[in-house]
Amino acid sequence: MPNKVPITITVNGRSHSAEVEPRTLLVHFLRETLNLTGTKIGCDTSQCGACVVKMNGVTVKSCTAFAVQADGAEVTTIEGLADGGNLTAVQEAFWNNHGLQCGYCTAGMIMTVTEIIERNPNPSADEVRAGLEGNMCRCTGYNNIVRAALAAAAAGQGG
Amino acid sequence: MTTRIFGSGIRRREDPRLITGQAAYTDDIKLTGMVHAAILRSPHAHARITSINTDAAKASPGVLAVYTGADIEGVLNPIPCAWAIPDSDLKAVAYPAIASDVVRYVGDAVAVVVAENRYQAEDALELIDVGYSPLPSVINPEAALADGAPQLHEDAPNNQAFHWVAAGGDTDAAFADAAVTVSETINQQKLIPTPMETRSAIASWSSAMGELTLWNTTQNPHIARFVTCLVTGIAEHKIRVIAPEVGGGFGAKIAVYPWEMITAFCSMQLGVPVKWTETRSENYIATTHGRDHVEYVEMAADANGKVTAVRSVVYAGMGAYLSTAAPGIPTILHGLMYSGPYDIANITADVYGVFTNSTPVEAYRGAGRPEATFLLERLMDKVGDAVGIDSVEVRRRNLIEPFDNNRDVAIGITYDSGNYSAALDQLLGHIGYDQFRHDQEHEREHGTLRGIGVACYCEICGLGPSQVAGAVGFGGGLWESATVRIYATGKVNVFIGTSPHGQGEETTFAQIVADEIGVDVDDVEVIHGDTDITPMGWGTYGSRTTVVGGAAVALTMRKLRDKARVIAAHLLEADEADIEYEDGQFFVRGARDRSQSIQDVALQANVAWNLPEGIEPGMEASTYYDPPNFSYPFGAHAAIVSVDPDNGHITLDRYVAVDDCGPQINPMIVEGQVHGGVVQGAGQALWEGAVYDDNGQLLTGTMMDYAIPRAHLVPDIEVHSTVTPSPHNPLGVKGIGETGTIASTAAIYSAVMDALKPLGITSLDMPLSPEKVWRAIQASGYTGNGHGHDHGHDHGHGHNH
Repeated sequence: MPNKVPITITVNGRSHSAEVEPRTLLVHFLRETLNLTGTKIGCDTSQCGACVVKMNGVTVKSCTAFAVQADGAEVTTIEGLADGGNLTAVQEAFWNNHGLQCGYCTAGMIMTVTEIIERNPNPSADEVRAGLEGNMCRCTGYNNIVRAALAAAAAGQGG
Repeated sequence: MTTRIFGSGIRRREDPRLITGQAAYTDDIKLTGMVHAAILRSPHAHARITSINTDAAKASPGVLAVYTGADIEGVLNPIPCAWAIPDSDLKAVAYPAIASDVVRYVGDAVAVVVAENRYQAEDALELIDVGYSPLPSVINPEAALADGAPQLHEDAPNNQAFHWVAAGGDTDAAFADAAVTVSETINQQKLIPTPMETRSAIASWSSAMGELTLWNTTQNPHIARFVTCLVTGIAEHKIRVIAPEVGGGFGAKIAVYPWEMITAFCSMQLGVPVKWTETRSENYIATTHGRDHVEYVEMAADANGKVTAVRSVVYAGMGAYLSTAAPGIPTILHGLMYSGPYDIANITADVYGVFTNSTPVEAYRGAGRPEATFLLERLMDKVGDAVGIDSVEVRRRNLIEPFDNNRDVAIGITYDSGNYSAALDQLLGHIGYDQFRHDQEHEREHGTLRGIGVACYCEICGLGPSQVAGAVGFGGGLWESATVRIYATGKVNVFIGTSPHGQGEETTFAQIVADEIGVDVDDVEVIHGDTDITPMGWGTYGSRTTVVGGAAVALTMRKLRDKARVIAAHLLEADEADIEYEDGQFFVRGARDRSQSIQDVALQANVAWNLPEGIEPGMEASTYYDPPNFSYPFGAHAAIVSVDPDNGHITLDRYVAVDDCGPQINPMIVEGQVHGGVVQGAGQALWEGAVYDDNGQLLTGTMMDYAIPRAHLVPDIEVHSTVTPSPHNPLGVKGIGETGTIASTAAIYSAVMDALKPLGITSLDMPLSPEKVWRAIQASGYTGNGHGHDHGHDHGHGHNH
């Protein structure tokens, strides 16, 4: 078994140090070591986007990053979005627009939509759809996810 | 009267935990001392196991145990099938949780490793040495039934799992007399349901108490408990099944699988909690698939396009074993729906269930009814072409006239209510049908390939009367239950037997409660998914949760309102007959200032200081509701597509749905159900299909290869409705969970065929992938200028039998 490697990752503003096997995926580190299970695993081929988190300001699929690659990084997960009881505009928009059903893709969707709006505060529906290319949902037909994204953008905050 | 909460599109009460990452799905749960199982699966579609050596795996770091088929023998009973269709010569073949002599599909379990963590368990899987002697395999259900095909089970000759025929009228005579007959071969390709959450289970065995707790990604925890009892031999009351947050099901989480039974076995052997969670690739081979029919279908009509008969021969793949509800799907839920929304006097459905060397087939959203709708709509288009009338007109000539209370159809079932032409009329207005046809004429002159497809449907759901369930071989009832408790503070808990997993009943059932008894919707909490807490119920599938479970909730509230009225009369020192109720207030007729709120009454009922003679304390009631009939939602959908002749790519330009599920408790949720269903059905028409090679290997074994719809591939879905209450349901509701999938595959397919019509292309296998469409266009002699096509041939119809 390969030697464990020490890492320090700041997740949702809190610093965590641990020793991990080099092969440990970031998503497993978040879920198993830090108990941040809001980030989901929906595939094993980097298609579905259920595991999207923000790392050093950009979204990454945490199933496609090793925990050691996040050493020294700032990571934000779904648990780190709401400030206390205050939902972000994107979270609020998903709620208001029925942008989720089973909720399993939702963490990844909210992280991705948050970034779409950060990059483009006034996206068209087509731009939102293009931006969701790496996130799959089986319940909503994407209809209300797009509506939620547009509503969040219209709210002018984006997260 | 304030705005009625029943019918309001309020936002969902389950969402806060889901949008903040606080919800706990099975794989999110950790128990003290929990260890991890991983299952070794057959890489062969059909093989004899000649040897298994687990020594190296057992010695691998962190490994606690490795078990094979020999270890479960005599401990775990075979996995039972729960739907034994009568008069069908059904072969209930043995379905061992772990194969010990023969593996019958890629994915069959051969061994299980339990280790301290998941990585260690998967490492050890690779160290198990299994000797296989490969056997010939067969994937296509029609081929599997043919003489000389490889045989899966000794006790199922010719791989025939069952043969079921249903008929009404005199179909042969109608065909003999018909002015027009049309036929089609339909390949209802095998689909992979793909809920975003894969399957997972945690088993925790208490040897001291003889109790098993099983967290399970299931749509029906009570059925799971019942079957777990049969497989493990643990008494039913000593098993607790918990369906925590469940990340979509679409039918794939109905079955009770070998995998959670293996997980339970491991926990019972080791005395510690054991978790098993599928990878996605594992999900694609080990979790049930849907559809998989080869169908030969025919329709007879008179010269005016009035349909007189429909008949089929269907080869329905069951996969290697019979999954929990599998035999009921191509039969009861498919063959009995051959009338659809149409008046057809003569119907015959002739269905073979066939074993194949592939992943077992189960319900998949719509389950039998999308297949029935597809064949009717396909044939309806062909009848229209044969008699030379428009595809909408031919449907209109055949729709059943409006009815509001019961209409028998030839196959022997009774629809509850319907107004099919109203839905069609509304649809045509929204999509602008006449204008489209007008524009299309000009577009075709320029070679533009755009088409419109309309699908009318009627489906059977709200499953269903238990007496009928018993008569058609379903191994259980289909009633539903609710227990409602109103506390001294006026807050309400609703315990239900169904098990929603994304459909929003924590909200809609709270709306029913609020509507019936006048409490605030936020004062109601709906609890489901735990067999120790909730009353027995049969689960969430077949669009039955709101129809049957919602009715149980409503009737329970009416019982509580009756009890509250008696207490209120006593408190108001008035005659019960003089008590009126409105919006949560009981008051004396003619003296509205003399009133008691439901909260006042609940307090008095709970403290019981001053109750009328003969009234028990407490404010709790239960209902076990068995519906008198199924419900029959209906509607009409239309798609407009463009086909790019250069690459065969199909663009879904517009999609309009008009559905009638009766009164809508929460229109926002109804709309969401339609959106999702439509896009799933689009997946079947355009992109999805489980592809196997000649050796039975699944080639579409990851999300990279199996193409579920993505956001940029689908348009905004336009959703409308008509409202025709079900006469027999206490709320009038009919169910909406599957209508989108039932209609959209047919509508989109029809639109593509309409677009390709000028090229003489009349039939292609689904999915209508760009390559397939491009090849057909190439073969048609299409030149791009709208002239010079060869109109005479039926191009490109190839079946991969």
